[in-house]
Amino acid sequence: MASSPASYRPSSDMMAITVIVAVLAAVPVVASLVGDPFLVKIATRVVVFAIAAVALNLVLGFGGLVSLMHAGLFGIGGYVVAILAFHADDSSRLFDLFPGTTELSIGLPLAMLVAGAAAAVMGLVSLRTSGVYFIMITLAFNQMLYYFFVALQQYGGEDGLQIMSDLTLFGHAAIGRMSFYYGCLVALALVLVVVQRLINSRFGMVLRASSQNERRLTAIGIAPLRYRLTAFALSGAIAGLAGALLAAGQQFISPAEMSWVRSGDLVVMCVLGGMARVWGPVLGAAVFLVLEIVLSGWSTHWQLAFGLLIILVVVSLRGGLIDLLHLVGRRGASR
Amino acid sequence: MTAPLLEVKQLVKRFGGLVATDHLDLDVRPGETLALIGPNGAGKTSLIAQLQGDLTPDAGAIYFSGVEITRRPAHGRALMGLARSFQITSVFPELSLVQNVALAVQARLGHSFRFWRDASSDSRLTGPAREALEIVGLSYPSRPASDVSHGERRQLELAMALAMQPRLLLLDEPMAGMGREDGVRMTRLLNELKRDYAMMLVEHDMNAVFALADRVTVLVAGKAIATGRPDEIRADPQVRAAYLGQK
Repeated sequence: MASSPASYRPSSDMMAITVIVAVLAAVPVVASLVGDPFLVKIATRVVVFAIAAVALNLVLGFGGLVSLMHAGLFGIGGYVVAILAFHADDSSRLFDLFPGTTELSIGLPLAMLVAGAAAAVMGLVSLRTSGVYFIMITLAFNQMLYYFFVALQQYGGEDGLQIMSDLTLFGHAAIGRMSFYYGCLVALALVLVVVQRLINSRFGMVLRASSQNERRLTAIGIAPLRYRLTAFALSGAIAGLAGALLAAGQQFISPAEMSWVRSGDLVVMCVLGGMARVWGPVLGAAVFLVLEIVLSGWSTHWQLAFGLLIILVVVSLRGGLIDLLHLVGRRGASR
Repeated sequence: MTAPLLEVKQLVKRFGGLVATDHLDLDVRPGETLALIGPNGAGKTSLIAQLQGDLTPDAGAIYFSGVEITRRPAHGRALMGLARSFQITSVFPELSLVQNVALAVQARLGHSFRFWRDASSDSRLTGPAREALEIVGLSYPSRPASDVSHGERRQLELAMALAMQPRLLLLDEPMAGMGREDGVRMTRLLNELKRDYAMMLVEHDMNAVFALADRVTVLVAGKAIATGRPDEIRADPQVRAAYLGQK
């Protein structure tokens, strides 16, 4: 939220997005060079959570709305894909009406639609509050979603839901490790470009202004609620897409992915990477997930070190890792 | 006499035991500049807030060009042409000067559900925004609003109000916190603007008030104790005792 607007140039953001996508696109090449296919698995996870974090940052960084229900929305997306596959597998019907499907060209848009609709309904209630109350209400909604899926015994309850059959995209097998990774990367690239356009559009200006000075916005003739609500629904839809990709990639979804701790992780990814830029949370997601793996390999008490690191970054770099890039860039330029 | 642009009838606002607006009657005629003066705590800002829609009155009615707006939300009043500049400067700090004003232009051009086109390069927004900045005398429009001086931020507020194409400007101490030089410049600017806009002006700077106002209303404890031409107000013994004499 603390950005330096003077340096705000849309073109440099598009450049940053291009670089980030290019670097991520090179990961499988590096993985095959060093002979470590595990890298692609990690990168897939980074890309999927980056999509979710970018989605959250649309409302968090640009709308000033600290939502703790995005893990819930993320999980909804995952469950949509998994439940559709479940019904396709045993040829039963969902609500005795709809046949299931393993086709992602149906599953992914539907996941976005359901998660977006859920975000709109819950946003309609929570956006009437602000500050701490907004945080508490979104937290409550997150836990409602969590326990809703825990209670759904038909779909595995607390144990989660396995996707038994092979998922397809336009009839082709979609779960090859490489093709799935690049599919996710395309999704991330699209999300980044769309959100980048969005925040500089008229809609985006209203959203950003609403987080800076709501009273002023009202005084010039714009009531922020319906813009916030739209942003919230869009953000929810994109989070749902991320969850759907997670479920498709690991052939499994469980309520554990929806716990409020996971919502907190997404907030940390945004803060860590930097909320002032659309692409900041991608950095945050990458550093968060890689550190999680590296540190947990060293010690079972890794979260202590992890917490200290996050505190260090937040205290020393108010704008997140983006600030670090700026510092490095400035030092390079002055040389 | 022409119908008033703004009419306030028996307006009441209480904060607990404190009466901020006490059965107040008031009007602003088309093209007129009405100055509102009174000691601190007289209820001037509360009145402006009720007119703009930030506060809801407890009783009474407000009419704007013949339409009752007493319960209309603030954004609706803004679109009708009521523009307020705040006593404590209120802008969008992380946006540039031109983006601040462009938002005010955007507001009157209908809904903002436009998701793709870059707003900062849309001349339908930036054109009128730059014009408004020029009128108030602000240069370097791509500076962030957080980086400009206090006086310039006051000018920015005025530019935002002008970009709304208002029919009535509600100016709450536009010179507050300004240096002498900036204050003189602002007075000169308002003097030019008063030819084109009706204004309600709250101001402590008496030189400015007597230079700008067509009529003056003196507010004490939420009541209008006198209304009249500036020279009448200056001569009014009651006013001198209640307010001017203190200075």
